[in-house]
Amino acid sequence: MDAPLVLGIETSCDETGIGIVRGRQLLSNTIASSMDEHARYGGVVPEVAARAHLEALQPSIDAALAEAGVTLADLDAVAVTSGPGLAGALMVGVGAAKGLAVALDKPLYAVNHLVGHIAADILDAEAGELEYPTVALLVSGGHTSLLLVRDLTSDVELLGETMDDAAGEAFDKVARLLKLPYPGGPEIDRAAASGDPTAIRFPRGLSRASDMASHRYDFSFSGLKTAVARWVEQHEAAGQSVPVADVAASFREAVVDVLVTKALDACARHGVPRLLLGGGVIANKRLRDVALERAEAAGVAVRIPPLRLCTDNGAMIAALAAELISSGRPPSTLAFGADSTLPVTEIQVAEDPDAVPPAVRPGAPA
Amino acid sequence: MILGIDTSLGTAVAAITRDGEVLADEQSANPLGHAEVIGDLLRRATAAAPAPAHVAIGMGPGPFTGLRVGIATARVYALGRGIPVVPVPSHDGIALGILLADALTGVDTPRFAVVTDARRREFAYSVYDGIDDDGLPIRITDAALSPRDELDQRLADLEAARCDATSVSAAMIALAAARALDAGRSLAGAEPLYLRSPDVVAAHPPKRVS
Ligand SMILES: [Zn+2]
Repeated sequence: MDAPLVLGIETSCDETGIGIVRGRQLLSNTIASSMDEHARYGGVVPEVAARAHLEALQPSIDAALAEAGVTLADLDAVAVTSGPGLAGALMVGVGAAKGLAVALDKPLYAVNHLVGHIAADILDAEAGELEYPTVALLVSGGHTSLLLVRDLTSDVELLGETMDDAAGEAFDKVARLLKLPYPGGPEIDRAAASGDPTAIRFPRGLSRASDMASHRYDFSFSGLKTAVARWVEQHEAAGQSVPVADVAASFREAVVDVLVTKALDACARHGVPRLLLGGGVIANKRLRDVALERAEAAGVAVRIPPLRLCTDNGAMIAALAAELISSGRPPSTLAFGADSTLPVTEIQVAEDPDAVPPAVRPGAPA
Repeated sequence: MILGIDTSLGTAVAAITRDGEVLADEQSANPLGHAEVIGDLLRRATAAAPAPAHVAIGMGPGPFTGLRVGIATARVYALGRGIPVVPVPSHDGIALGILLADALTGVDTPRFAVVTDARRREFAYSVYDGIDDDGLPIRITDAALSPRDELDQRLADLEAARCDATSVSAAMIALAAARALDAGRSLAGAEPLYLRSPDVVAAHPPKRVS
């Protein structure tokens, strides 16, 4: 066998992602999003997301196969996100993946969504080899995690994560406070363009000296959201108009500052001059710009996968499984479920000790 | 050969011949854990029978999260095999089982309602009255929801005996599909029988914090 041809299924939040890779080569990254259906609720509604996944599965699989120019019979393995994520949404993908694996009699790899975000990087043909160890900052509407990656397939350590809201969620909530539409990220960005990021000094969560002992790499955004709400209310109570651009820019600066500061602190303290960014919030240009600028000053090299691979997608799930196969790992059993709080240390779940990995031709390019 | 899959209550996978012989009947009564068990049940059922030509899917009603696992598995299994799906209301499968069991013992089945748990202090029910020439249960009312304490009055008004069910036979789902195929009939649409709009709270203004 050449590099393994893998189809990945990702349904952990509101994107139905079907990806097809051949080893590290991206053949299709098909995404159906139910984001528009969530807009009128101001955030992802789990039942709406799960219903949309069920309807999007078949057309997305068909579209991905057509784009990749392969058939189901060509596949060497099926991969699926087992967690973390929304339980009901994850279960749609798990059921689908098991149905496909049994129908095709192909091995199934159940993998970790967060580690998938890291695996997205290896699909970037232009980027060159991913070097280890690397610190990874994953920021989206569903998670905000800081990881130390020593090996994609075998050694990922959680340094810290959000204690309350994910960063993307904070953008959505503050957008609502400012009467801006959902999703909040692009709206806050637009509003912030003409604002002064230093106009208001909003708090940086878990950044005090007293936080450093137990929450050095953890995040908290709910206090920031409350601070913005209080500031807006006080202005309204005083009969003043709210300077939306300044509030948006100052809020965004607080989020970006705490994300980049903690990520570079992790690089420094672990002696790792490499930082990988992932997750949908990386689409935020201000975050990328500040990260690149401050990382350069700190002597840290930054990697950012193409944005369409940063948002949730099935290609990253397929890519992670392809790496597992290439490193000789056996497939998962069929007896796993959705684990909404799957720890990042569990890169693959339900590894089957009795199964043999799909044969990879020695010397085949991974 | 027809594969039947239903996860509206427990998890059930069966394989039957087109004329109704049951070759595999795998099930787990656990009302949770559908995603965990369905793969092994499916593998065992398909290993015990020749390749299916159709996949019959129990479309509910049933608790949404579990119901979707079976529908997702069935649809994508069918996609993987390149065969069509046949949607079946899960209550039709239960009703067919009741009618066939009564027929075997020579009992005349009165008009009856299949009743299943719908959570949130409600039941789901469908009313049936006998079996038609195609061998399919005659559905008098489509699946609907009733508050638990109002159900008996509703069924009295419909003159239907109450039959509570806590499991669905995937073999009966497959048999209903086989008979519908023979008769060129369709028993359900492609959409799951959710009976409820997604349980959501529309966006409300942010709460004051000060
Ligand atoms: Zn994600």
